[in-house]
Amino acid sequence: MSDGHPHEEVPQERSPYAARIRAMEDLLVGKGVLTEAEIQDRIEYMESRTPANGAKLVARAWTDPAFKERLLSNAKAAARELGLDPTHEAEFIAVENKPEVHNLIVCTLCSCYPRAVLGRPPDWYKSFEYRSRAVREPRAVMREFGFEPEENVEVAVFDSTADVRYMVLPMRPERTEGMDEEELAALVTRDALVGVSVPRFEDAAAN
Amino acid sequence: MTAFTRGDRVRVRPAGKPGHVRTPDYLKGRSGWISSVLGHFPNPEDLAYGLSGIPARTLYRVGFRQPDIWTGYEGPAGDRLYADVYEHWLEPEGER
Repeated sequence: MSDGHPHEEVPQERSPYAARIRAMEDLLVGKGVLTEAEIQDRIEYMESRTPANGAKLVARAWTDPAFKERLLSNAKAAARELGLDPTHEAEFIAVENKPEVHNLIVCTLCSCYPRAVLGRPPDWYKSFEYRSRAVREPRAVMREFGFEPEENVEVAVFDSTADVRYMVLPMRPERTEGMDEEELAALVTRDALVGVSVPRFEDAAAN
Repeated sequence: MTAFTRGDRVRVRPAGKPGHVRTPDYLKGRSGWISSVLGHFPNPEDLAYGLSGIPARTLYRVGFRQPDIWTGYEGPAGDRLYADVYEHWLEPEGER
């Protein structure tokens, strides 16, 4: 843990990318295409979306079979039921892990991700390395995240190349029978929603 | 009606097309099957240039066997890959 100073990351602010973004921002505002307020609203919108939203969907699906059916057949409507706002998502589909199938999400062309629900994707998700390797050697990638599906489990990679954004619905871990929805949600990490990992009972202690 | 329905065998057109393309190179020329019909969307390859994208194009989720995509695939032969591909990038398998 840091000592709580968010400004420790200042060097990033000086990266050429940050400078380019600032320059574009100045131009767009200067030319009246966007206002500072609109940019701020958009940042706040993105910051209000987090993987915790996905964890809520998963925990509800684990405890309510009828909700799970709705999540798998119409994920946007299911998200609205929990007070989430997926309006700005293109299409939103949850794919279910099963004992015989493990799903993994990637966007090889750019960084498509269900941002309206889960917020911004992690940096590694946008990296060339993840995008090229997740389709070609998904098992090696998952191994590096500390997860190894059995040989007899089919690995299904979803390359979100178009208008659909995917989220994984992981399997409920064993030994969690006594947990309530909130405790279950705490087991569901962002990595598990992308499919590079799975929720584990052992993570309960860490949370 | 859509050109393809679930279960149809298809091949991704091996065409080169300049500019904004939503079909990744690694799937061009590869064969798979229609896993689901996802709906109709304004063509993103036109939207990228400020055009309307109309008429909307049919989008399919296409399934592939991993060993059919990569030579020397590391995992079991049952591993699969799904990608979302627009109709104009697909042809019935076998057609040239």
